[in-house]
Amino acid sequence: MEATVLNLLASVLGPLWAPLWNLVKPVWPLLWTLAKIVLIMAPLLLSVAYLTFWERKIIGWMQVRIGPNRVGPWGLLQPIADGMKLFFKEVLFPTAADKKLFVLGPIMAIAPALALWAVIPFSPGWVLANVDAGVLYLLALSSVGVYGIIISGWASNSKYPFFGAMRASAQMISYEISMGLALITVLMVSSSLNLSDIVMAQDKGRGAGMGLGFLSWNWLPLLPMFAVYLISGVAETNRAPFDVVEGESEIVAGHMVEYSGMAFAMFFLAEYANMILISAMTSIFFLGGWLSPVGFIPDGFHWMAAKMAAILFFFLWIRATFPRYRYDQLMRLGWKVFVPLTLVWILVIGVWMMSPLSIWK
Amino acid sequence: MEFKSVLFYIFSAVTVLAALRVITARNPVHAVLFLVLAFFNVAGLWMLLQAEFLSLVLIMVYVGAVMVLFLFVVMMLDINIERVRQGFWKNLPIGALVGGLMVAEMALVLSGRYFSPANLPPHNLPADYSNTKELARVLYTEYAYPFEIASVILLVAIIAAVMLTLRRRKDNKAMHSADQIAVKAADRMRLVKMTPEVELPSAGKGEQP
Repeated sequence: MEATVLNLLASVLGPLWAPLWNLVKPVWPLLWTLAKIVLIMAPLLLSVAYLTFWERKIIGWMQVRIGPNRVGPWGLLQPIADGMKLFFKEVLFPTAADKKLFVLGPIMAIAPALALWAVIPFSPGWVLANVDAGVLYLLALSSVGVYGIIISGWASNSKYPFFGAMRASAQMISYEISMGLALITVLMVSSSLNLSDIVMAQDKGRGAGMGLGFLSWNWLPLLPMFAVYLISGVAETNRAPFDVVEGESEIVAGHMVEYSGMAFAMFFLAEYANMILISAMTSIFFLGGWLSPVGFIPDGFHWMAAKMAAILFFFLWIRATFPRYRYDQLMRLGWKVFVPLTLVWILVIGVWMMSPLSIWK
Repeated sequence: MEFKSVLFYIFSAVTVLAALRVITARNPVHAVLFLVLAFFNVAGLWMLLQAEFLSLVLIMVYVGAVMVLFLFVVMMLDINIERVRQGFWKNLPIGALVGGLMVAEMALVLSGRYFSPANLPPHNLPADYSNTKELARVLYTEYAYPFEIASVILLVAIIAAVMLTLRRRKDNKAMHSADQIAVKAADRMRLVKMTPEVELPSAGKGEQP
């Protein structure tokens, strides 16, 4: 891709290109990386904006309402209007708040949510950093995301935000464990920590040989882990039915109570960016990433986008369907159901891989 | 100066400053957050040494789990900072002695033959070198038994810690999900068949007080 862009620039600028290139050459790697970051971030933020719109529309339809339909054709400009409104609102600081940490909270929420996209491959070679320890990077940085909630909850110096922070720290640590353990089975069968390699490992197998690639993807042989991962992903992003961190009926909006304007919008951005990230990770780990489900249609980014959209729809669907979990039930599900299940399944996969019936050789 | 050296100096300077702030910060929550910052920078230092597994696991385990629980506890405490600072000068000699001992021990270990430049691994590792794979290879072949024994000891410690601190309250109102799901309508409500009792309108003398 880099060579193509350089050729294109050279042909567009013509004689101006040679002197310009001499000037740019020393900093070109930096410029190129920045360009790639913008190429990932701009569509991501646009997706976040329209995911909120899509959510309101879908939940509206599920509840036999119309949803937002006033701003622009079919209400399509609603997220822009919401963004403008939040942008121009004042950010209030409570008197008793710890000012520095109050500002740091939203930053710590959004920074990991965006930084995580550095290792996500969208298509063969379409990745910002094709690192060997991609999965570790994902696990490490996603575990940092909880700081945004804890810091903002404490810095607000108010009761409900503090409850939200306490709930968040317990919940996110619990579900990180089952998520990590579920990922271990994926790492075992693909014997790599590189995300592109994990996708390519799902391109082999009996199903892929017959032209039915979707039977070779990890979701089928690792089915319980797929379910555990997806449900833990919902809990990890604090989405309904696991949104006790915000719990409108009990603690108003949890850690976000004291925030207004753009600081509040940061939490929303982080939550939706994390949702999209979980859907990208699930499609990479379990649904074959950019691979086509059947042999006669070519692979490509459109498949990844379709899978992510399907999982995002699942997120919205369960929000409209299920009532909120009680906190003790939520902890029970994490510790007493998911953790033992994943531990047993690691053993099962290990035995399966060593047995003559192994399908991963 | 090489770019890597610049990064090294930035990381180590921030680590030292953050570590200093951990012990000088007046607010314990700030101290914990400075410790998190120190961990991040140490992870950066490890990354510079091409030890990406150790670096990322440091963030995952210490920053992502241990420090979150630290924060959890520290935020719950209502610490009177003035009382914590009492007796600083009285305890200083002992603290200085312990600190000095630790520094001396570390200096002895690090200046030993084991860490001499001749014994260190080659500086320029091959491009396909994977820290994760190398660690796993050593851990699961050469040191398989010590590794397993260490993990079993840790497991025993976890269970022992839980059992030592577990106090079952008599008035515990926790509900069991299995019991709750097994409940039938008949357990909660009893329908009684009875003949209708209609109070006839009495003439004058009722039960009116």
